[in-house]
Amino acid sequence: MTPSRRPPREPMPGPIEWLRENLFSSWGNAALTVLALAIIYWTVVPFVTWAIVDAAWTGTGRDDCLAYDGACWPFVMQRIGQIVYGFYDVGQRWRVDIALIVLAAGLAWLTLPRVPGKRPVGALMLTLYPVAAFFLLAGGMGLEHVPTTRWGGFMMTMIVAMTGIVASLPLGILLALGRRSDLPVVKGFSIAFIELWRGVPLVTVLFMAANMLPLFAGLSVNKVLSALIAVALFSAAYMAEVVRGGLAAIPKGQYEAANAMGLPYWQAMAFIILPQALRLALPNIVGNFIGLLKDTSLISIIGLFDLLGIVQAGSTDPEWAAPNTAMTGYVFVGVVFWAMCFSMSRYAKHMEGVLAAGERR
Amino acid sequence: MRSGLARFAAFAAILCFAAGAADAASPTLAKVKKNGYLRCGVNEGLPGFATPDAKGNWTGLDVDFCRALAAAIFNDPKKVRFTPTSAKVRFTVLQAGEVDVLSRNTTWTMGRDVQIGLEFVGVMYYDGQGFMVPKKLNVTSAKQLSGASVCTNTGTTTELNLADYFRANKMKYKVIAFEKNAEVLAAYDAGRCDAYTTDASGLSAERLKLKNPNDHIILPEIISKEPLGPAVNQGDQQWGDLVRWTMYAMINAEELGVTSKNVDKMLKSPSPEVRRLLGVEGSFGESLGLTKDWVVRIVKTVGNYGEVFDRNVGKGSPLKIPRGMNALWKKGGLQYAPPVR
Amino acid sequence: MTTSVSIPWWRKRRTRDLAIQALLIAAVAIVVALMWMNAAETLRRQHIASGFGFLNDTAGFDIIQTLVPYDESSTYGRVLLVGILNTLVVAAVGIVLATIIGFLVGIGQLSSNWLIARLARAYVEVLRNLPLLLQIFFWYFAVLRALPGPRDSWGLGETVFLNNRGLYLPAPVTESGFGWVALALAAGIAGAIWWTIRARRLRERTGQVVSVARMSAAMIVLPALIVSALASFPLTFSLPALAGFNFEGGFVVLPEMMALVVALATYTASYIAEIVRAGIEGVAKGQTEAANALGLSRGQTLRLVIIPQALRQIIPPLTSQYLNLTKNSSLAVAIAYPDLVSVFAGTTLSQTGQAIEIIAITMAVYLTISLLTSAFMNWYNAHIALTER
Repeated sequence: MTPSRRPPREPMPGPIEWLRENLFSSWGNAALTVLALAIIYWTVVPFVTWAIVDAAWTGTGRDDCLAYDGACWPFVMQRIGQIVYGFYDVGQRWRVDIALIVLAAGLAWLTLPRVPGKRPVGALMLTLYPVAAFFLLAGGMGLEHVPTTRWGGFMMTMIVAMTGIVASLPLGILLALGRRSDLPVVKGFSIAFIELWRGVPLVTVLFMAANMLPLFAGLSVNKVLSALIAVALFSAAYMAEVVRGGLAAIPKGQYEAANAMGLPYWQAMAFIILPQALRLALPNIVGNFIGLLKDTSLISIIGLFDLLGIVQAGSTDPEWAAPNTAMTGYVFVGVVFWAMCFSMSRYAKHMEGVLAAGERR
Repeated sequence: MRSGLARFAAFAAILCFAAGAADAASPTLAKVKKNGYLRCGVNEGLPGFATPDAKGNWTGLDVDFCRALAAAIFNDPKKVRFTPTSAKVRFTVLQAGEVDVLSRNTTWTMGRDVQIGLEFVGVMYYDGQGFMVPKKLNVTSAKQLSGASVCTNTGTTTELNLADYFRANKMKYKVIAFEKNAEVLAAYDAGRCDAYTTDASGLSAERLKLKNPNDHIILPEIISKEPLGPAVNQGDQQWGDLVRWTMYAMINAEELGVTSKNVDKMLKSPSPEVRRLLGVEGSFGESLGLTKDWVVRIVKTVGNYGEVFDRNVGKGSPLKIPRGMNALWKKGGLQYAPPVR
Repeated sequence: MTTSVSIPWWRKRRTRDLAIQALLIAAVAIVVALMWMNAAETLRRQHIASGFGFLNDTAGFDIIQTLVPYDESSTYGRVLLVGILNTLVVAAVGIVLATIIGFLVGIGQLSSNWLIARLARAYVEVLRNLPLLLQIFFWYFAVLRALPGPRDSWGLGETVFLNNRGLYLPAPVTESGFGWVALALAAGIAGAIWWTIRARRLRERTGQVVSVARMSAAMIVLPALIVSALASFPLTFSLPALAGFNFEGGFVVLPEMMALVVALATYTASYIAEIVRAGIEGVAKGQTEAANALGLSRGQTLRLVIIPQALRQIIPPLTSQYLNLTKNSSLAVAIAYPDLVSVFAGTTLSQTGQAIEIIAITMAVYLTISLLTSAFMNWYNAHIALTER
């Protein structure tokens, strides 16, 4: 279909016509429109009143917020350092900044279309970056040691999410291949592993990590580390299923072709099957990451201070505790999470479109 | 016989010290020294006992006890890593060896001492469970709380005490048990329950966070004995001794009038009790695997029990909790440390 | 060309496969054994009891919502049961609500009404991209702040009350003779099912349409009514009434339960809405056109043509959402709703210290629920695959 054969554009309908057609085409439709307007009125107006009109905007402590019925924004503004960096030493915060900036740059490189060199950058982000970031944040090699008990806030959320992503991809791929293996033992272990973690809630896995890992490992396990292990195992099981979906979508001919070329199993997988399967599974992988990012908030239940946990803890500090402090914190955290998850879901949608276009070609 | 054994132990300790391995007696102390810092489990946030400020500096009574330990071991109260622990995981964290000492307003009970395998070293703070109610309910006694909804936190003795108290008084109640203090207070503030129950010290702290603290009163009834104290793992007797005597040293220092300001002067005190406490006479510090002047370091950098109490929960703090049961035994309280002799 | 070169035994595929599997088994066995020994050693050192004997010990604490008789003198085993039931009830109510909201929003996304379609889309995009835990906190504290205290309850006559302690409803109290009414009701329902099946068979065979709804309703209601009249209405209601601090009597829905159910349902509904939308969009366009040609109205087209076909696509992912909702109900622990994790993996664990046993039991419960649901799904998929025409 070439552009020249496009049907002539219909004249733009006037606003009244548009309204009639889209909102008031029938009595039932008109009633729905009124209902929708009512819902918008009952949700948006009170929220705007609370968040903007009645909100406290300046201040240095809870007394400044007690005078207002709405949100307590000074709490977020004054505590923003803690919300981003947790209890990380103030003088060392530049290290977190570098880690976050490199992460943002890497992600931008990988997601923006038409930027060259996606593969090497992706490989670096999945291998070198986590190691470098770990030393940068924890210290060592000349940098002052910052114990994990000082980690927190947005930084902690990103650490948990990134660890989950970086660890779950290779583990998930191995498990997915294992589940499709001909070897009964490999297949059995893979299925058991995947179904075990997928069958239980993350909260119980975190409880297990916090309470049982120290017993099993027989040594003192860092609390952050045990949460990271729990999140990695949990997300690997979900990732395995997503990758398996991608593997299943590869036409049988590809497997046969790889066999016919006499490629050994691992080479066939690494060079023929997996690149295609991962590409097909990409939207679902991103979807998985969204779920993982949202789930990081659960670590506050086992007493780690992620973004949600630190805002919650801060809102009960006598310096700021006021009736609206906690809700203000929740709304702020919600906006941050929403912005990240929404942009990821847009990206997944975009990739779906790109893949579908590729199929059509 | 006993004194003979003690002398033998002291002799052995001296031998070890001479061999340059004074700490070999206590594996925990050896590990702490090797790490270069003490790992201390504290509350996640309870004003007066353990709270982090915006920069992550911890303050509070429980925190200062850990600092005193660090001062005794390293001569530096800053060599402590604080691990915030929830009521639920605190024992597991200690048992797993993630912390060397648990200084987290923990009630000393027989069950915990005997069954869970902890060793409580003493009582840092005599507390008891009480109730806070809004003034507008016109309640003046816990006996009037029949039928009330009560908010508290899970995984503590408070839930059990509450059940016992209401059952003993044949009153009905409903308990709403939250995971974190922050949530209990938020729910109480939102009117989810008529009363908030936890240790009286905790109530004073939480009350400060309410919109108008004077609209709430703490009822006179104390329904339980809550001796709060630091705990260590069973099995390392020497480490337990060190932690126990650090606490007693702080109490003894107050009793003998040794404060952070006058400790240098007190070194020249003629009183044999003061001289033994400060290590001018005897070798008690060495017996613990430390040096002679361990108490001097504690008192100089952290203070005696009275100073620590006033600064964190007493008249020098926003909580303004009276000494009450926590006054020295000479002043009608319960704080009584065995002598250094 | 095909001169067979004898492959040495160690390079034979069979040998290699066996070796890989033996290695895997050995590795797993070693890891498990190490963990086991470490755990046993730590437990011995800490003097923590082990085994499941604690289930018979007295719990000593109270639980605010119990579907089976429970008091402070009940055992930890009873606590486990109470927790499981509380989890199941929240999941069941949440699933029903999530399905209703999800279908409404999913269909709303395809509405020809511009505003409704946008609103439904906004609903999905906002709720799906926020952490559930945050939404639970939001609803809980929003609900608590919005509702009045017990002394200024919102009431509906003298029977229903709503305040920040819960929604108080009249509770049915059965008296002697109620068993007969229940029996009559059961018989009526069985009859109605039989009638519906018969009517469908008749329609399929002869095309004759028999009214099902009216006949079924009559079969369910009438016998039960007559029997209860004979037994002089053996069902009374206990009405909630303000007594001291709180309402006594009646049936109460806790604010924790309300917040949890609303949060779980609205959150899961945003996923269900997408599933429903995809399902409906997956139905071939010709189906709608054919229905239009037959003169069916929009509503009829949706109800009789689109949804029955879309359901085939909708139900498998829908079940996994139901499972997610059930697992997510474990976030109850954050707002003091006494679910399995809260009362068992929470309070019981900290009272007894027996982490391994308690976490294992808790996980086993969720795993059982998951596996049963998967088994049902496999059966269902096989079932619809067979009856496909």
